[in-house]
Amino acid sequence: MNILSVIVQRLGLGILTVLIVSLLVFVGTEILPGDVAHAILGQGATPELVANIRERLGLDEPAHLRYLAWLGELLRGDLGTSLANGAILNDVIGERIGNTVLLAAVTAAIAVPLSIVLGLVASTRPDSAIDRLISTSTLALISVPDFLIAVLLVSLFAVQLGWLPAIANLNRVDGFLEYARVLALPVTALSFTVMAHMARMTRSAVLNVLTSSPIEMAILKGVPKWRIILVHALPNAIAPIINVIALNLAYLITGIVVIESMFNFPGVGRLMVEGVTTRDIPLVQAAAMIFCSTYVVLNLAADIVSLIANPRVRHPK
Amino acid sequence: MTSNVIDVRNLSVDAIAKRGERTPIVQDVSFSVAPGRVVALIGESGSGKTTISLACLGYTRPGCAFRGGEILLDGSDVLQFDLARRQQIRGVDISYVAQSAAASFNSSLSINHQVTEIPLIRNLMSRDDATRKAAALYGELDLPSPETIGRRYPHQVSGGQLQRLMAAMAMMCSPKLLILDEPTTALDVTTQIEVLQAFKNLVRENQTSAIYVSHDLAVVAQIADEILVLKDGRMVEYGSTETIITVPRQDYTRQLIAAAHVMPAEVKQRASSGDGAPLLSVSGVTAGYGRQREVPALRDVSLDVRVAETVGVIGESGSGKSTLGRVISGLMTPWKGETLLRGEPLAASLKQRTRDELRDVQIVFQMADVALNPRHTVAKILGRPLAFYFGADRKAIESRVGELLELVGLDPAFARRLPRELSGGQKQRVNLARALAADPQLIICDEITSALDTVVAEAILDLLVSLQDRLNVAYIFISHDISTIARIADRVAVMRDGEIVESGPTAEVLRPPHHDYTDLLVRSVPDLKVGWLETVMEHRRRTGQQAAGN
Repeated sequence: MNILSVIVQRLGLGILTVLIVSLLVFVGTEILPGDVAHAILGQGATPELVANIRERLGLDEPAHLRYLAWLGELLRGDLGTSLANGAILNDVIGERIGNTVLLAAVTAAIAVPLSIVLGLVASTRPDSAIDRLISTSTLALISVPDFLIAVLLVSLFAVQLGWLPAIANLNRVDGFLEYARVLALPVTALSFTVMAHMARMTRSAVLNVLTSSPIEMAILKGVPKWRIILVHALPNAIAPIINVIALNLAYLITGIVVIESMFNFPGVGRLMVEGVTTRDIPLVQAAAMIFCSTYVVLNLAADIVSLIANPRVRHPK
Repeated sequence: MTSNVIDVRNLSVDAIAKRGERTPIVQDVSFSVAPGRVVALIGESGSGKTTISLACLGYTRPGCAFRGGEILLDGSDVLQFDLARRQQIRGVDISYVAQSAAASFNSSLSINHQVTEIPLIRNLMSRDDATRKAAALYGELDLPSPETIGRRYPHQVSGGQLQRLMAAMAMMCSPKLLILDEPTTALDVTTQIEVLQAFKNLVRENQTSAIYVSHDLAVVAQIADEILVLKDGRMVEYGSTETIITVPRQDYTRQLIAAAHVMPAEVKQRASSGDGAPLLSVSGVTAGYGRQREVPALRDVSLDVRVAETVGVIGESGSGKSTLGRVISGLMTPWKGETLLRGEPLAASLKQRTRDELRDVQIVFQMADVALNPRHTVAKILGRPLAFYFGADRKAIESRVGELLELVGLDPAFARRLPRELSGGQKQRVNLARALAADPQLIICDEITSALDTVVAEAILDLLVSLQDRLNVAYIFISHDISTIARIADRVAVMRDGEIVESGPTAEVLRPPHHDYTDLLVRSVPDLKVGWLETVMEHRRRTGQQAAGN
């Protein structure tokens, strides 16, 4: 099997997935209760006024035509205009997306290496005290929902101790230390939700490889333990680890919506929640498409990396 | 101080259950290996032979622990070493060749990376020297293109080559003791003797001492100076090879010798079961794999099976013998050709076959472990075909299950057991009983004795014969082992590269003069005689015969 053709096939499937997602996002926002006309007009909306506004906003056209028009604009890179205040969404989102990327990147940069190391440490000494400590603490963290972790962190570090700000306001923030202070709580809360899964999966992937014949052979030919883990086991465990990392980064994206709202962090996630409350359908759709596409791209990347990690693919007969 | 390379004294190893109970798996075993000598550990599965060989490296598998004894390497006890010291001797003083090189090589690393790893990390050689030494060893082991083969990855070379590459890896630091754990068991017969010869030369020329672990007495007789016979973790008999195979003192040793896979002295033609119309007739079948039909596995194969006869299909891995079984049973749709059952064409695919057609042709697979659902009791396993084919009610099923178990020589009380509560031979009997439950005309037996110990396999063969006498069932007996086929088959088809190269009554096919390839196969079956290997290699050199899958 030619690796290039497999990758092209995966890319095709990825594009198809994004198209299906766009349909789901559109239908999903269609069936959202209430509509923007009511939201704009408030309590005193007469049916005539509502109809008037609906017509002005183009909401009275059939759904499939609106979907195709929206998709066409999306493909041209035009996210549309906000129904709530008529702002250009490309600008609104462009302003916020940098912050979201910053939050996600810092979280990933801390959580991924840390959880792999924790997983490796646990896997080298299965059933030891350190392994049990890592296992139980990660299990505990997996079981607590992210918003609860955020609340607990805030009440401890911001309210009780007063060390860190409860609200992640990025205005007037300058210098590395200030950024670190502001990001500390949201990043910690986000890390907790993804690290547990990654560490546990790394542990079981490596442990699985460590009990295989090639590893027994390496022990019997006298390879030192650290070398067995790094040189013999890790290359074979890399595919499952990459997969779980991608899955968790994707999960991180969904966690961001919650955490940004909790900390009032000026990112795309909070923007999306605001969009839902104001029935700003184009904004919700645009944000949803951004999150979903990232999700698909991450999974696609994991697929391709684990394909390439397979020696049979890299060195064909 | 002794002059032996290794002295094993009163070695005992326990298996430790989760709750801490200890069960002895090796008890009070003692032997020694003198410089330049080869000692064989021989026994069936569960005899402790691998455990003992691993113990010489100071290693026990997870869940096992040493209970007592000493393993003296140059006078110091390996069992008293700490882990770091044990790591120091492994690969340098004592090295190990695993049973399945295909499973034991790391698929992510190149061959040279793995072969030269130990001398490099111990700073015993420079990278260039190590690579050069590896290439020299590859050449010594008759590997093709010794200069470049090391740059390849394990999946890019054949099983026989991997086994030799692993021996090269073990020899890199010129160890005092080489441990070979069933190193030829996973290989085809024609390849096996070449690898065996290569090992033998290696040990002789380097004056290396070796421990050779095997279940196959005939193979061991070719390479070992001394043999230690083991059963259930205890020593049965220990002596020189010649003594053990010619004048065994213990019953168990005699039993092993009787069940050894050697060509029977005389191939008897079993009483022909009439030349009536064939029960099953395969004609011109071509089949294979791949969406674009790029990998043919069978080419224009024709085969007849008559009522109540046994047709042996013999071939090495990749010969297409299992594919033939899959096509006949309907598991695989052929590209061309057809299969007739009692003169009526049989639908190519399983889905189109009628219930009666399905019932008439049953298949039994090699790995009873995999073929039996681990969560179903024997009663449920056997009850399903009874309900499916005959719509039997619960009462009828219950009594029929008991009958079937008795038929295959098991106590009806086994019905309540789960597969994991059965031994390997018992599982294979249940597997066979499941096929018999359908009351078939033909049973395809795909390597059903290959994973079993010789003594157990012998009993299964006897069972097959007695079932045939009672039930008039026909068998297609697929095997790589020509000595087994010689004992059970009325007629034989020899397969190579997807074609039948020779077929006919067993006595005719297996009695000289043979077809060239049949001759190679017959000559490759080790004989229980010291010096057989040299004779056969000499014959190969004279006639220019080559192993098939190499």
